[in-house]
Amino acid sequence: MKLKRISAFDGLNVLLLILFSLTIILPFLYIIAVSFSPPSESLAGNFYLIPKRLTLAAYEYLLQAPTFLRSIRNSVVITALGTCVNLIISITLAYALSKKFVPGRRIILLFIFFTMIFHGGLIPNYLVVKNLGLIDSLWAVVLPAASSAFNIMVIRTFFQGLPESLDEAARIDGAGEFRILFSIVLPLSKPIIATFALFFMVQYWNEFFSAIIYLNDTTRWPIQPLLRQMVAIGSSNISSEAALDASLAAQLGPNVQNAAILLAMLPIIAVYPFLQKYFAKGALLGSIKE
Amino acid sequence: MTGLLRLNHIKRLWPFYLLAAPGILYFIVFHYVPMWGLLLAFKDFSPFIGIWDSPWVGLEHFRDFFSTNDFWLLLKNTLLLSFYNLIVFFPVTILLAIMLSELRFSLFKRVSQTIVYLPHFLSWVVIYGITISFFGPSGVINHVLEDWFGGSANFLISNDWFRPLVVFQAIWKDAGWGTIIFLAALAGINPELYEAAKVDGANRFQNIWHITLPSLKSTIVILLLLRLGSSLDSNFMQIFLMTNSLNLDVSNVFDLYVYHVGLEQFNYSFGITVGMFKSVVSLILVLAANYAARWMGEDGIF
Repeated sequence: MKLKRISAFDGLNVLLLILFSLTIILPFLYIIAVSFSPPSESLAGNFYLIPKRLTLAAYEYLLQAPTFLRSIRNSVVITALGTCVNLIISITLAYALSKKFVPGRRIILLFIFFTMIFHGGLIPNYLVVKNLGLIDSLWAVVLPAASSAFNIMVIRTFFQGLPESLDEAARIDGAGEFRILFSIVLPLSKPIIATFALFFMVQYWNEFFSAIIYLNDTTRWPIQPLLRQMVAIGSSNISSEAALDASLAAQLGPNVQNAAILLAMLPIIAVYPFLQKYFAKGALLGSIKE
Repeated sequence: MTGLLRLNHIKRLWPFYLLAAPGILYFIVFHYVPMWGLLLAFKDFSPFIGIWDSPWVGLEHFRDFFSTNDFWLLLKNTLLLSFYNLIVFFPVTILLAIMLSELRFSLFKRVSQTIVYLPHFLSWVVIYGITISFFGPSGVINHVLEDWFGGSANFLISNDWFRPLVVFQAIWKDAGWGTIIFLAALAGINPELYEAAKVDGANRFQNIWHITLPSLKSTIVILLLLRLGSSLDSNFMQIFLMTNSLNLDVSNVFDLYVYHVGLEQFNYSFGITVGMFKSVVSLILVLAANYAARWMGEDGIF
């Protein structure tokens, strides 16, 4: 057995990485600790990491608070709808564009690529959503983010890597194009579909800004805008709603605020091991170059 | 015969156009129609009169915008944030990537990577919440400051702390994730180079300086140019959450200004003007960055 010689270099390197990792882990531990502590303890700063007294009050409160539960339900609907719509739109377009014999494919690619480097911007986007009558509809959060040039390029690169002989053979056997896509191509593409499904889930669960600008009716809000309102501190925003936000936040107490932060990130933590499995393989580093 | 062939051909092609249709429709409606909306920068748009009937005003909004003091403040704030991210965030990702690649204990390496990639997937609202728990008036940092130094600081409502805090958040969230592209480039280095260096008696620092960094050169150059090309883009979600009336002197960037003017004061045309200025300059910068990359002998970004 060969023992690795540990040099000063290795020691320093490991030490620095442990420090960096701690700056990431400690905030999580602190959030957890505060969420289980009575507000008086954390407000007085009676502990840094290990709570002196434990209480489940914050979780009991949140898990029966109608506003909180409603926002979770809205988030689940948005995430489910968004992931499906995004997968369907992105996969079908990427598949069509991966076929070299389809005339017009280069011009469509260029047309899609251009959206990566030039945007109409916030207000024209807002006016489009408004004119489509989507204000206060959950679709306003789903549709504007329903695909992206980057996703199309990566999925297309993947499809191009599949052997062409497969669908040629099926075609000669008389299979239709849809049959080829659904029974041959998609089963072979499970890894990339799973990867993108996970990324879309994260994207929609974390969606915040489109909810703020498109959903005036706060009963339709998903979790992220509600969370912001719950944690907002005094004068944390310029708008007139700020005062309301702050007084609400002050009533809640740090245990409820931090429990809400934890519950809002829980689904992400839950899918993270699967996410990591895929992106670690470099699945998303596919070239977007034409 | 040719007719039959053509018919065959079409029969084979229509499914592809049908598959492409929803996606193309999406890009038209949510990306190209808004570009059309940029025309409103040259009109005095009022929702009551409608897009077509609103009067043309030429470059009036642009003249107004460039003659305000706001313009210079926005430009300064936006560029300074990009600059700080460039000189702090960017080198940190490179350093972190090299540190991870130099690890010789695979379990520790895997655990470190798992930890440093995680915050990338959290929403900005969650990170804002964590920031408040730490840096807020009754946050743990202020408790520590009081207990140990007898003082406290208003991190979240201060002009002085805004920029450092925003750069720190960016590092916390995305430095780990940013290493992936460098680690991919490092995986491509021929191990024989390191073997040869070892024979020549090079130490680890010399290895990094003479082999690792030169191998990362293309990646660094391209990412650097991309960053320069997007100098006018701020991380809008992050800024939107971290801004408040007490740090607006340093936190007001183009994106935020567009939001305030357009969607809070309903001055659509003026907001679109500011947004359009940003989009056009960004486009020019990105194209210039791509040209520069090619000029420097790299592949170019596209």
